[in-house]
Amino acid sequence: MKKLLLAATFATLGTTAFAQDVVRLGTEGAYPPYNFVNDKGEVDGFERKMGDELCKRASLNCTWTTNEWDSIIPNLQSGNYDVIIAGMSITPERGEVVDFSQPYIPPASSAYLTLSKDTDLKSGPVAAQTSTIQAAFVAENGMKLVEYATPEETVAAVKNGEAVAVLADKDYLKPIADESGGALVLLDKEEVIGGGVGMAFRKSDAELRGKFDAAIDSMKKDGTLSAMITEFFGPEAKTW
Amino acid sequence: MFSACADPKAIEGLSWLSCYLTSGKHLDFYWSFVIVLILLAVTAPAAMIFGFGGATMARSPIAPLRWVGKAYIAMVRGIPDIIFFMFFVIALDQGIEYLKSLAVCPAGSAWPWQGLEFRVCAEAKVPLATSSPLMFQMYGFFLAVFTFAIVFGAFVANVLFGAMQAVPRAQLETAEAYGMSHGQVFRRILIPQMWVYALPGLSNLWMILIKATPLLFLLGVKDIVYYARELGGSKTQVYEYPHGDWRLYYFLGLMVFYLTMTRVSEIFLKRLSNRLSKGQATAAGEAMRRAGA
Repeated sequence: MKKLLLAATFATLGTTAFAQDVVRLGTEGAYPPYNFVNDKGEVDGFERKMGDELCKRASLNCTWTTNEWDSIIPNLQSGNYDVIIAGMSITPERGEVVDFSQPYIPPASSAYLTLSKDTDLKSGPVAAQTSTIQAAFVAENGMKLVEYATPEETVAAVKNGEAVAVLADKDYLKPIADESGGALVLLDKEEVIGGGVGMAFRKSDAELRGKFDAAIDSMKKDGTLSAMITEFFGPEAKTW
Repeated sequence: MFSACADPKAIEGLSWLSCYLTSGKHLDFYWSFVIVLILLAVTAPAAMIFGFGGATMARSPIAPLRWVGKAYIAMVRGIPDIIFFMFFVIALDQGIEYLKSLAVCPAGSAWPWQGLEFRVCAEAKVPLATSSPLMFQMYGFFLAVFTFAIVFGAFVANVLFGAMQAVPRAQLETAEAYGMSHGQVFRRILIPQMWVYALPGLSNLWMILIKATPLLFLLGVKDIVYYARELGGSKTQVYEYPHGDWRLYYFLGLMVFYLTMTRVSEIFLKRLSNRLSKGQATAAGEAMRRAGA
């Protein structure tokens, strides 16, 4: 115990040497199973497990923090954390303001969650979370879009009839449909949007991005990343 | 918390509920009530100090001080809260880190504002990346108190400014006739008498402050509304305690909390108003005198 205290004291005193090594990972904490805050109040989910493994492989000392989705990019730029790891799809628009790592989840299907299999998507508004690729997709494809700040609210909008469907990542919607007891179903129609899910960095942080890219590479090569994807998203999910 | 809670999916009924209500996240939820109460307890006097300073400056005989006071009141009152809370906090945080970077960063460091990004050396981060999560929470809380105090301070300043003007001129003139200096009139006559005029405005602000605490979430402090939304949302089997959409119950709980807070405040403010009216040359004071006589 004493040694531990001593180590902690040195860690705080020797900030010059240590401060560089602490990497703050920012996530949303509201998008299970990608990332969520579990019942103990800790960040949990696929990205927590993968992120911790990446940090171990890159010999980085990482800490987790949550930030709402709306302001997740401005707070990265302002330096409140160093990495966004929040199920963020790689798109050219985002690529203009942040730099992405290579994808750690292959381009995945987005699905429509509705109340019945024969819902007509043109018959009413389709819900999506604000500033997501799905929201852009709905708007661009002639459907009427309603946006919500959190994923939870998009699903609630379908339940209470404000929207006829939600468009979101299939991996997020599938457990919700499975556990609804038939009240909510996924349409057979799926959309493939985005260039996969990656971590986002400040443009000036190429060195940190390089470390994580190398770690993602090593996890892809030895199959641990694919195993993790299967563990969290089920056997149908695309792997590397 | 209890040993019976080790496997929440195997238990049900009352023991499930008691385990659920004592999960780590729920303890954070209960703690957030304390945070809101502490915020109110710290912000109210801080806003009073800002407001008193603003009001005193706004009626100062020295022109530059008066300009500063008036500009503060007009600027902060004129900007929507939500813009203030989003923009000001990021600017304040960057300002603090910039000042610290001047002191601790090696000479020749790059200018921190580069396009959309803000970068200072790791030693200048506030708090340091190595600090405990508690430090981050306390820093966020400090930013919140400071921002709330500035915003509400401007409104307080306007209320106090009006209250100072409302004290009958005859009272001040009498004091001057007794040979009191400007400062003595201010301290002995103006300040004690202005409260009764200020109280209705201040009590309004206090009520608004109670209801404005959910803005804390914009400042990165997780408040009771955040937790109610987060805990109440439906939970799939990924969570230890899966359940449906329970937000209604959580928000009903919050309604009880807010109504209790505002009701208790109303009773307290009514008493305070009675006490301050005693012996005052106002309608309320006169009514009390007649009732007593």
